[in-house]
Amino acid sequence: MEEEMEAGVVKKFMYVNRKQPYGTVYALEVLEMVLISAAFDQDVHLVFTDDGVLQLKKNMATEGIGMKNFSKTYRALEGYDIEKLYVDQESLDERGLTEDDLLVDVQVVSRAEMAKLMDQMDVVLTA
Amino acid sequence: MKFAVLVNEGPFNHQASDSAYQFAKAALAKGHQIFRVFFYYDGVYNASKLSEPPTDDRNVVANWGKLAEEHKLDLVVCVAAALRRGIKDENLAAGFRISGLGQLIEAGIQADRLVTFGD
Amino acid sequence: MSQLHTVSKSPFERTNLQSCLKLATPGASILLYEDAVIGAMQGTSLADAIAAAAKTFSLHVLGPDLAARGLDAAKVVPGVKVVDYAGFVDLAAEASAVQAWC
Repeated sequence: MEEEMEAGVVKKFMYVNRKQPYGTVYALEVLEMVLISAAFDQDVHLVFTDDGVLQLKKNMATEGIGMKNFSKTYRALEGYDIEKLYVDQESLDERGLTEDDLLVDVQVVSRAEMAKLMDQMDVVLTA
Repeated sequence: MKFAVLVNEGPFNHQASDSAYQFAKAALAKGHQIFRVFFYYDGVYNASKLSEPPTDDRNVVANWGKLAEEHKLDLVVCVAAALRRGIKDENLAAGFRISGLGQLIEAGIQADRLVTFGD
Repeated sequence: MSQLHTVSKSPFERTNLQSCLKLATPGASILLYEDAVIGAMQGTSLADAIAAAAKTFSLHVLGPDLAARGLDAAKVVPGVKVVDYAGFVDLAAEASAVQAWC
């Protein structure tokens, strides 16, 4: 088992974000998982679909709800070599958003393309 | 086959922990290996030894502990999620250990399948 | 080898099943368990959609969760297979990966 680790097993990990930030803790705790997986040199993919697209909304101001604004962390992901971020167009459309509303560069894909991508993963963590 | 199990909800409020337990038992009965059971988000509450359900109900926390003892399972509670929610070594139930999120990523790498319960 | 998608929340309360059906690839397995099992029953407002989905996907429902809710395993939408926990394990073992829609 340790030999395998030394050999450097790289799996395709995908984090599927389907929830808004703040209403529940999932977005924040998924980010914690994402940052740790970077340390394991895995092939990390982040998907934002359904309400998850709201995690990437620009101009968050959380002072009024007394919670920490963690949206800056998404900008820091690049520094951890996590650059595969995907959003599906349909989820943006449903919520009246466009790519310009997002605070980081993402690949906007169709649901069909996203489905194909998901199918190639070894480990999928959804929240 | 080597399975890893991720439990993301606390006991009782959601069925997730019960489902994960039934899945783990069925997998073991079929001769599969459970590489690790990892508890994240509110799932860390499954490791509270202060849990005292009525005696005519199942004891989720104790059931995990028993299964771990019988099959030498590795039950790991995420330290960051646990500290947020007041789960520490002082109130950690038998059979569980507290460790880092890296244990989940390692389970994802080492196990053939990672199966998630609860959101 | 394709994925196993698991859905545990009721389609009458949450949209997890609907999202799963949009993002699963044809030929994938889908297992409804916990509160999602109502989605497998005949006579619901979703039954036609589930019957159609059963032609694209390999649909399964967890028998113990049906029984616990007093739902008759004989009355699931045609094409949906009833499995027990051992069957759940088999589905996971046969899949390339398991994706939970919670």
